[in-house]
Amino acid sequence: MCRACPYVHARIAVNMPQQVSCGIILITINKTTPMERCFIRKRLFVLALLLITGNLLLAQTDQDAIMMSKHNFCTGLMYGHSNWDHYWEGTFKRDNLNLGTVSTNSYAVMGNYGITDHLNFLFGVPYIQTKASAGTLHGQKGIQDLSVWLKWLAAEKTFGKHDLSLYLLGGFSTPLSNYTADFLPMSIGLHSTTFSGRLMLDYQHGGFFATGSATYIYRNDITIDRTAYYTTTQVQSNKVDMPDMAAFSLRTGYRSHPLIAEAVVTNMQTLGGFDIRKNDMPFPSNKMNATTVGINGKYEIAKIDGLSLTGGANYVMAGRNVGQATSYNLGVFYIIAFHPKKEHSNQKPSHDTSK
Amino acid sequence: MKKIIHYITIGSFLFLMNAGCNKSVKGRTDNLAPLNPQNIDLNAGTWKTVLLTRPDTFAVTAPAAINSTAYVAELNEIKGYQKNLTGDQEARIRYWAAGGVLRWNELMRELVAKYNLPPYQNADGTYPIPSAANPFAYPLFPFANPPYAARAYAYISAAQYDALVACWYYKKLYNRPAPYKTDNTVISKASQTDLPSYPSEAAVLAGVTAEMMKLLFPTEIAFIQAKATEQETATIMAGAATRSDIVAGEALGRQVAQVFIARARTDNAGKAVGTPADWSNLETTATAKGETPWYSLEVPKRPPMLPLFGKVTPFLFDTATVSALRPPAPPSTSSAQMKQETEEIHELITNPARENIRIVQFWADGVGTYTPPGHWDAIAAADFINKNFSEVRWARDMALLNMSLMDAAIVCWNTKFFYFNPRPTQMNPAIKTLTGIPNFPAYISGHSTFSGAAAAILGYIVPERANAYTAMAQEASFSRMAGGIHYRSDCAIGLQVGTNIGNYAITRAKNDGADK
Repeated sequence: MCRACPYVHARIAVNMPQQVSCGIILITINKTTPMERCFIRKRLFVLALLLITGNLLLAQTDQDAIMMSKHNFCTGLMYGHSNWDHYWEGTFKRDNLNLGTVSTNSYAVMGNYGITDHLNFLFGVPYIQTKASAGTLHGQKGIQDLSVWLKWLAAEKTFGKHDLSLYLLGGFSTPLSNYTADFLPMSIGLHSTTFSGRLMLDYQHGGFFATGSATYIYRNDITIDRTAYYTTTQVQSNKVDMPDMAAFSLRTGYRSHPLIAEAVVTNMQTLGGFDIRKNDMPFPSNKMNATTVGINGKYEIAKIDGLSLTGGANYVMAGRNVGQATSYNLGVFYIIAFHPKKEHSNQKPSHDTSK
Repeated sequence: MKKIIHYITIGSFLFLMNAGCNKSVKGRTDNLAPLNPQNIDLNAGTWKTVLLTRPDTFAVTAPAAINSTAYVAELNEIKGYQKNLTGDQEARIRYWAAGGVLRWNELMRELVAKYNLPPYQNADGTYPIPSAANPFAYPLFPFANPPYAARAYAYISAAQYDALVACWYYKKLYNRPAPYKTDNTVISKASQTDLPSYPSEAAVLAGVTAEMMKLLFPTEIAFIQAKATEQETATIMAGAATRSDIVAGEALGRQVAQVFIARARTDNAGKAVGTPADWSNLETTATAKGETPWYSLEVPKRPPMLPLFGKVTPFLFDTATVSALRPPAPPSTSSAQMKQETEEIHELITNPARENIRIVQFWADGVGTYTPPGHWDAIAAADFINKNFSEVRWARDMALLNMSLMDAAIVCWNTKFFYFNPRPTQMNPAIKTLTGIPNFPAYISGHSTFSGAAAAILGYIVPERANAYTAMAQEASFSRMAGGIHYRSDCAIGLQVGTNIGNYAITRAKNDGADK
């Protein structure tokens, strides 16, 4: 029951035959299994690729194969922390005693609404703070970028006990405040408006699942406060051409009730851009690449229907023009059903019907 | 129904995505019109030079007559090019037609930005020093920091100016018309003027600049030589000069450069790095005066940037005047005023407004940039483009500006290392900064001194913009307080000292014959 929301009987609309999700992970739970609810994870909006900036929250989440059912809204808060004391200038890995450890804290509000059972709308807005433990550079803070995604479960096929689903996603992100992108690594983001397209394939067999995705991120020019800058050549403009990016992820794990656990490998490539030269300052259009490994988990609180906790940890194994970040996140999410009556009566009962 | 919802929603999303796409970065001088001088300054051969004792110090032989076989052959070379110009060649013609002084100044700014990188430390915590004798080894020579850059811009500009004065002297003397005037089948792809073409001003610029660069950016000689050849070829292709105009111009330019190179080798800049004994001496002297001495806030501690640059020979006045221009001492590090000024910066930086961050970033001109002198060159160039100056006037005005900036660097560095006083963060480590802390003493602010000098001379050259320059100089000066790296005294006094230096350039400008 949802004690916090008097008007909603937390009989959340759940029970989609195969997946309910809040967020990004698609939980294609086996059809015979009780449904899961709210799965938002850190990847949602916080694919913490802690770039050299410390904290680029690449809003390319939703690499997870879980859908929120129609008229259900899952929302929550996520806290993220990342830090690094080594980074790559091009391919040269170094530390910097004038930065010490660069750390980023983020606090994000996120949500996922089921427009239909096969089409979800997701959003996220983080507030970010950066800090360097040594040297004199001033930390930055502020509301970063709004991210929104449309996620479409385009096709699904079952072969005996094997489920295969195809998802198509479109993403958009844009800065919500006038923060400076040209003060890396302290800047809270890169201030580019982006458009993303993602193809995602999910396989499930029993509780076991594997999800792969590929994303293309188109990035608009940004405007900086300077009127000229050097990349590999001098540019006399306050506009910066941001190279597009590609990202790939592979995740695998086990989905069961009330716990979901997975391991993830992601790879981010900047399609263009240039290397930071030795002892130069970083720049928003650097070639920022990273390969990250991580684990994520989600746990549903049995006593409060619709409430779940998420957590994850990531580490940059290899990179270029980024910080070698270790990052953690914790989130709490809750599902609200706006039209509980519309639930399909023929759906399989969710776990909480047993309560 | 569900499907329709899907398609509509996804369709609108794709539409919005497409509508919002934006990638279109263009440099602001990428597509300039050809330089079309309001006045060709035909008498510029009489203008007062910087180092040349006479405009005809270097002889230029009389050109062949325009009805000679040799000259006709040269016209045929132009026509041959013009018959088959590629798109790329046309683009090179347009690029250089916008003005040689402008383009070389832009190239200089690019090189300064490229070389403005502080060396990475050695494993033992010391720092390697770039070596002119071994320029390709890391750290690359030069480290084009603000004093180095100020001097480089000044030498290039002053040498270009003297070379063009000599060029104009011979142009008037020999009075050979441009190819597009002598043969009406030669197409003019730049502006047509009555300026004689022998020797070619483009080739003079190519020659003098390429020669100077051997000293200033030795690892870029190949790059510069390619640009010089490109400029000369583009000028021939444009129908603006014949081969002999070019050959005579380049030779003249290279000869004039030698005079400036000889000066540069003995102007004390080579000794500006100092020795470890010099560095510790500065500290001892400040301590003996009862002051807290500056120390490097970098880890590991880096030796101060060019501590003896204050002994470099200036262009606009003599060495004795450098000491005379040096302002009185800053507030003592133990004084109440210093405490109050430190606190003022602490308050400014505690919760910086976005507008202050913008100002700091706009003027930061730190590592990897063309430095404050380059920034003022960019500001000047943007205005000079609108003034339609002749090449020789462009060179004269850039020389006035850059000699002011170099002399500002000299007086500023002289002051910094005379008083050797600490940065605000050294006085109060709680002061975090919005840009890197420059690795040299605070008093007086370099940005303020540069900007005061630049605003003064530019206000003379482009009077209708004088108030704008003053406002820019004040903002540049304030940016160093807003960034947390300078006290109010550093900025206020720096501006004043800069203005005093700029006034020397104004005096020179009033008497060089160009404004008569």
